[in-house]
Amino acid sequence: MRLRVLRRRKSALVGVLILAAVALAALFAPALAPYDPIKVRPAEALSPPSLTHPFGTDQYGRDILSRAMTGARLSLLTGLGAVAVALTAGVVVGLACGVIGGWTDLLVMRAVDIMMAFPGILMALVVVAVLGQGTINVMLAVGVSLIPTFVRLVRGDVLSVRENAYVEAARALGCWPARVALRHVLPNVVAPIIVISTVAIAWSIILGASLSFLGLGPRPPIPEWGIDLSTGRNYLLRAWWISSVPGFCIMLTVVAVNLVGDALRDELDPRLRSLANL
Amino acid sequence: MPVVVGVSVVVFSIVHLLPGDPVLAILSGANATPEQERELRAQLRLEDPLALQYARFIARAVVGDFGRSIFTRRPVSEEIAEQLPSTLELAATAIGIAVVVGLTLGLLAAVWHNTWIDRAAMLVALGGVSMPSFWLGLLLIFVFSLQLGWLPATGQGGVGRLLLPAATIGLNYSAVIARLVRSSLLEVLGNGYISTARAKGLSEWGVTLKHALGNALIPVTTIIGVQLGNLLAGTIIVETVFSRRGMGRLAVTAVLDKDYPLIQGVVLVSALGYVLTNLLVDLSYAALDPRIRHREAVKA
Repeated sequence: MRLRVLRRRKSALVGVLILAAVALAALFAPALAPYDPIKVRPAEALSPPSLTHPFGTDQYGRDILSRAMTGARLSLLTGLGAVAVALTAGVVVGLACGVIGGWTDLLVMRAVDIMMAFPGILMALVVVAVLGQGTINVMLAVGVSLIPTFVRLVRGDVLSVRENAYVEAARALGCWPARVALRHVLPNVVAPIIVISTVAIAWSIILGASLSFLGLGPRPPIPEWGIDLSTGRNYLLRAWWISSVPGFCIMLTVVAVNLVGDALRDELDPRLRSLANL
Repeated sequence: MPVVVGVSVVVFSIVHLLPGDPVLAILSGANATPEQERELRAQLRLEDPLALQYARFIARAVVGDFGRSIFTRRPVSEEIAEQLPSTLELAATAIGIAVVVGLTLGLLAAVWHNTWIDRAAMLVALGGVSMPSFWLGLLLIFVFSLQLGWLPATGQGGVGRLLLPAATIGLNYSAVIARLVRSSLLEVLGNGYISTARAKGLSEWGVTLKHALGNALIPVTTIIGVQLGNLLAGTIIVETVFSRRGMGRLAVTAVLDKDYPLIQGVVLVSALGYVLTNLLVDLSYAALDPRIRHREAVKA
């Protein structure tokens, strides 16, 4: 079914191809990158794009292409890791709330309302303020800021699925609540979860890079798109390529994720149109 | 209201979630003197029960007292009061730009549905959604300040210095608004009363502007409301890119300096502002949607 979708939607195919290229570059960066991304070569500092350095070098003479390829690892990791955090918490809590209901549900939903009162990046800043800076903490921070969205979505869908006759039948047969939740409810709420996860990956990559850009993520000289974009800021006129390459990489990856997400949404669950505006 | 209390609990706990002795953790960023440590200990009175500490925190926060910044030693409320106007000015201009550009793009795309105009508008919107604001900001600086020399790149004061940062945030959000205006308009345009309006002989633009737009704007208002929080988030990054003063910049420096009283103050004020704007958005539905207005009237 997937392949048929790709042939019908050219844009989704483009998205998948871009993502595959980025993922491959990230995965095999140590082997593929033409230079050591961290090694300083003062003699080659600020050289413009050329045959030896296709995307030029930065103020320390480090190869931009190699840094961009290696940086893809952290960006993808942050995106996927953050969504994994939010997904796990969202599915467990949302499922529990939807199935158990009652006081548990009421309390958790109030807590979610409170988390919702902090706009995403502010929540992430609070988490970084408590945990400290660094790659893993940024990932956690972005993940935590996404949890309320996931919990709300899963719970809402569970509530509507729960009303179906087959769920009632399972309960009447004496299934444990956990079995009802996992065997009968969960498989029927998977589609919207997949859709929102793709949107969330795009958002996490941007938010993660934003936090690095602000200096809250991994520290230089670690190659990371947000960091590299920020270091290139002071060289915009003399060496536009330092910021442009990572900036373009972030945009390209996020566009690709969004293209795939749009296609998935239309195929799996057209109801979710409004969620594109997460 | 429960949300406001919850927010204050979260902000209060920031300090208590820190690993180790909170006082030492709070002062870890600065080269604190023993005197400063004593003062903070006296102020926090950590040996009291948590409920009592929280009550004291609230009692002071209600009158705008969040303690002193660890770094500048100035009252947090003063720091915030100084930075807030700059951010509000930026946010207001950004919303203006976002709504104007978003509505225009969305309208064009819906009226010329399935033509190249539609596709071009949506491509611009996809780019806008996918463009990180710090990258867009740098591009705008590069083109309009460094290459063309039309507008100053950084700093404060005057419309000229406001325009680029506001455009950065505004263009990001206009993309979201454009997508929504388009889909919402297309849905409304399928209704029976639209066919009636067309049958009367109204032009397509007349139908769209007079009959469809009003109803299509209701979901758009929701999203603008929800996005207000993200707009605030946008200022955090854009203020750094353009070296502007403001709440966002204050929040980032506070986190970088581990200046916890300042973090608490900024986070509390921002979250409350967000809750308040969402309340205003809820109220504005009544003005836009006669169904809600009448339901309320019947209840009352």
